[in-house]
Amino acid sequence: MTTAKAEELSRELLENVYELPHGEKINECIQCGTCSASCPSIAAMEYGPREIVASLRAGMLDRVLNSNTVWLCVSCYSCTIRCPAGIPFADVMYELKRLEVEKGLSKDSEGATMAKAFVETVDDHGRSVETKLLRKYFLRTNPFKALPQVPLAMKLFFRGRLEIFGRKIKGLENLHKMLAAIEENETK
Amino acid sequence: MNDEATRAYSYFPGCSVTATNRAYDISTRSVAGALGVELAELDDWNCCGATAYLPIREKRSFVLSARNLAIAEKQGRELATICNACYVVLRKTNKHLAEDPKLHEEVCQALAAGGMDYGGTVRVRHFLDIVVNDLGEEAIRSHVTRDLSGLKVACYSGCQLSRPFDDLDDPEYPELMGRLIGWLGAEAVPFPMSAKCCGGLAMTTRPEIGQTLTGKILKVAKQAGADCVTTCCPLCQINLEGYQGAVGAAIGADCSIPVLYFTQLMGSAFGLGQKELALKDSLTPVKALLAEKVGT
Repeated sequence: MTTAKAEELSRELLENVYELPHGEKINECIQCGTCSASCPSIAAMEYGPREIVASLRAGMLDRVLNSNTVWLCVSCYSCTIRCPAGIPFADVMYELKRLEVEKGLSKDSEGATMAKAFVETVDDHGRSVETKLLRKYFLRTNPFKALPQVPLAMKLFFRGRLEIFGRKIKGLENLHKMLAAIEENETK
Repeated sequence: MNDEATRAYSYFPGCSVTATNRAYDISTRSVAGALGVELAELDDWNCCGATAYLPIREKRSFVLSARNLAIAEKQGRELATICNACYVVLRKTNKHLAEDPKLHEEVCQALAAGGMDYGGTVRVRHFLDIVVNDLGEEAIRSHVTRDLSGLKVACYSGCQLSRPFDDLDDPEYPELMGRLIGWLGAEAVPFPMSAKCCGGLAMTTRPEIGQTLTGKILKVAKQAGADCVTTCCPLCQINLEGYQGAVGAAIGADCSIPVLYFTQLMGSAFGLGQKELALKDSLTPVKALLAEKVGT
């Protein structure tokens, strides 16, 4: 990726981050690493939260967005609550996830596939329907990885805990009108 | 905003408690009934957006939450939720709308396309908060009819009960649920994993991460001498109860321990029956534990 492209990514990210409540605090990062030390999934990440801010400042955000990093964030908000500079870092991660999807940089990411399948399911029904969500997810990733889920699915089934046919909310048509209306403003 | 005499709240169950985790919804309604708390389910509520919609389409996810808040605003009561993710997403929507008037206007314009409006006045509450802070010790103790003494409980609050909003409970060492468990007559064991992440959706998308995180929680609960783990979030519950075999194998430790909702334990202490608490839904030996220790 060219430097120009990396700079554009940084600019777009910061624009969105500055719109968050307290988003401007990202400029006050002192690179203390409390965020990274608090992150439960950092062992699997190529770049931890502290490195993400450093990459942003170095104009190398493209490396982060081309890595496995951002979709490993589990939204536990430990980084956010502990950050001495008050940076809402879990929300910065959400911005990074959106940017990655928007730029088509997260094709192989399980987390992104799951989130997209979730959005489709909710749009179809007005609610999340777990059986439909998981079917979409495993068909699009690796159907064989659904096999370890079968014993649990059977246990849930025999206890009547599986919803096979998802019901739709009554106001689905109106909900779609609302979602279309916000979409007209912008795509974020 | 609440009617003090009847203790009435609007109620947002959330998608996951309609099927997979319905025991949480059933036991919550039973416990509320026993306590004389009215939970009026929001008419035709929709998904709040949860943690998975937000990273794809932020503004659409605010509209999803705002539609629920708009319905609640018409009822004029505080909105009770039982899912940590719903609790955070609904509160977050309120916060973003309050701090960004332009966003509030855009969201209201979108709601208007479906004939609704949201002024921003609904206070979102977790049911655990309502039970501990609105009802309080005396009211809870007065409903206890079964003896829970000797039952040791690891109280697991999960991430989003006290993060990012830390005004309800301590974000590092939550104590709200432990206080409640004490009022019920059981013993909350010291449990440093109470607010550590169970992995959430990573249990499905990246099982090796989810299993490690959930494994540490279950292992420490056992080491702490707990007879069971109580939860206050449906996703935490399914992660902690549904994969104990695989989790134990992944981290090389015994992770088998009964896991139940705090509302099921409350109902048990109040003398409610197995059916009212949907104990048969459990994937861990909750029925056997309560039969032995409590006589439910």
